[in-house]
Amino acid sequence: MDWVIWLIWIVKGFFLAMFLLVGFAYLTWYERRALARIQVRVGPNRAGPFGLLQPIADAVKLIFKEELTPAKAYKIVFFLAPIITMVPSIIIAAVIPWGPQEPQVKLFGYTISLYVADINVGVLYLMSIASIAVYGIVLAGWSSNSKYAMLGGLRSTAQMISYEITLGLAFVTVILLAGSMRMLDIVEAQRSWWFVVIQPVGAAVFLIAVLAEVNRAPFDMPEAEQELTAGYHAEYSGMKFALFFMAEYQKMIVVSAIAATVFFGGYLGPFVHRWPLLGPIYMLIKIIILLFGMIWVRATWPRVRYDRLMAFGWKVMLPLALAIVFITGFGILLAQELGDPIYLTVIPAASIVAGVIAVIMVNRALTRKRILSYEPR
Amino acid sequence: MTISQIIFLVVAGFTLASALMVVTTRNLIHAALFLVATLFGVAVVYAILQAGFLAVVQVVIYIGAIAILFIFAVMLTRRDMRDRGPQMNRMQWIGALLALLIFIGLSFLLSSWDGYSAVAQEMPADFDTMGRLGEALVSPDAYLLPFEVASVLLLAALVGAVYVAYTRR
Repeated sequence: MDWVIWLIWIVKGFFLAMFLLVGFAYLTWYERRALARIQVRVGPNRAGPFGLLQPIADAVKLIFKEELTPAKAYKIVFFLAPIITMVPSIIIAAVIPWGPQEPQVKLFGYTISLYVADINVGVLYLMSIASIAVYGIVLAGWSSNSKYAMLGGLRSTAQMISYEITLGLAFVTVILLAGSMRMLDIVEAQRSWWFVVIQPVGAAVFLIAVLAEVNRAPFDMPEAEQELTAGYHAEYSGMKFALFFMAEYQKMIVVSAIAATVFFGGYLGPFVHRWPLLGPIYMLIKIIILLFGMIWVRATWPRVRYDRLMAFGWKVMLPLALAIVFITGFGILLAQELGDPIYLTVIPAASIVAGVIAVIMVNRALTRKRILSYEPR
Repeated sequence: MTISQIIFLVVAGFTLASALMVVTTRNLIHAALFLVATLFGVAVVYAILQAGFLAVVQVVIYIGAIAILFIFAVMLTRRDMRDRGPQMNRMQWIGALLALLIFIGLSFLLSSWDGYSAVAQEMPADFDTMGRLGEALVSPDAYLLPFEVASVLLLAALVGAVYVAYTRR
């Protein structure tokens, strides 16, 4: 019966990949409709009921577009870069749990676990795949052999590397609170309180860093048309461009799933431990709400200037994340030493104070002129 | 041969081949990419050895941070990506001989070590490798001193980098 287990794995992996691919198509529709609603427009509503066939029409259009390869591009790398961007955005989803381990889900007499992979270094796996994702951008920018693409690629890479540190520290708070790096343990540790309640500033830092990490507004440097035409994918067209686009939206879905898992209780919800198949439904609801948050941010905030983006990353987010890690560790130690979990309330209180201090500092720096901006000599 | 042996041989061959390509290819970006492939191969070897933590850390630090820094530096500093100089110098045969001697010496030493032929035991499912590692890093009778010394060294490097990069206004 060994081959059945392999089959279950393959089917689950296939299902997850398909979920992300279809999710990408309908996320574009969701985003356009939601943006339109916020901006008092109608949005795509012609193809099919509510414009539901619009993503399919877009896909057909992109397939029939001409694929240009610049004459002086480095062909192999130019061809590989969209793939290298695309693959991490799918495989990163492998460790996300979609339902509880107990009680088990049975199907045709086989136990089906509601995750693809359960590794004991789940959080680190997420970090490592996120760090591989940078390669697609840097290689796309370089191989196009164009100044705009090159500068755009370097800029986005610098941005992603900078915010990766903050992201890692936000993960550290979660690891400290859960006492484990396994995603399942992290979710189960949130059965009494979601981590967003214990560490609200950590969740905020995480969500901001994630926006920068997937290059979404207001940190969407690669799409700054006014400055560098388009950034690293300026020379790409047709399906290759569609792959970059796809990777971005899949990353949005995946990071929403990760945020839901580490801060918003994952698959937890009422009755999930009686009917485990409710888990994926709760996950989906949380993902859709978080995705709406991302779209809302895009509709509301203007793009941050690049030097301010870097200054914000290094001078605000990083110290704040370090302070939060310290506060979390301190609170846990206090609760352990004094033997009463009531002392864990030190964590939200102190971290909100730290967050308020950070906001006040940013406000002062912005109202006082020429402090966050780089002064050319 | 078992499946794991076949996987190991494939991965080891891949790692060695890409390591060779790092030093023989003339395009600097290609060399950097082959270096990434080599490091990835090493990570897979860690994973085969049931050291999942090391494998993932290898990817995060070496591929995600160090190799990307190499690529950055190459892209920012070089206009021409091709290295045109000779790839060998006069000492090539002596170098090859020394490398061969070191290889023979190492193999000799390792073959006399009794862990060389031992078969790895299956780890129990609830064996907490990371917890053990973490405790070993901060316990005084294990690796506390090297750990702290390494962090002081890194701090010194950090301060040095800031000093070098800082220009007085």
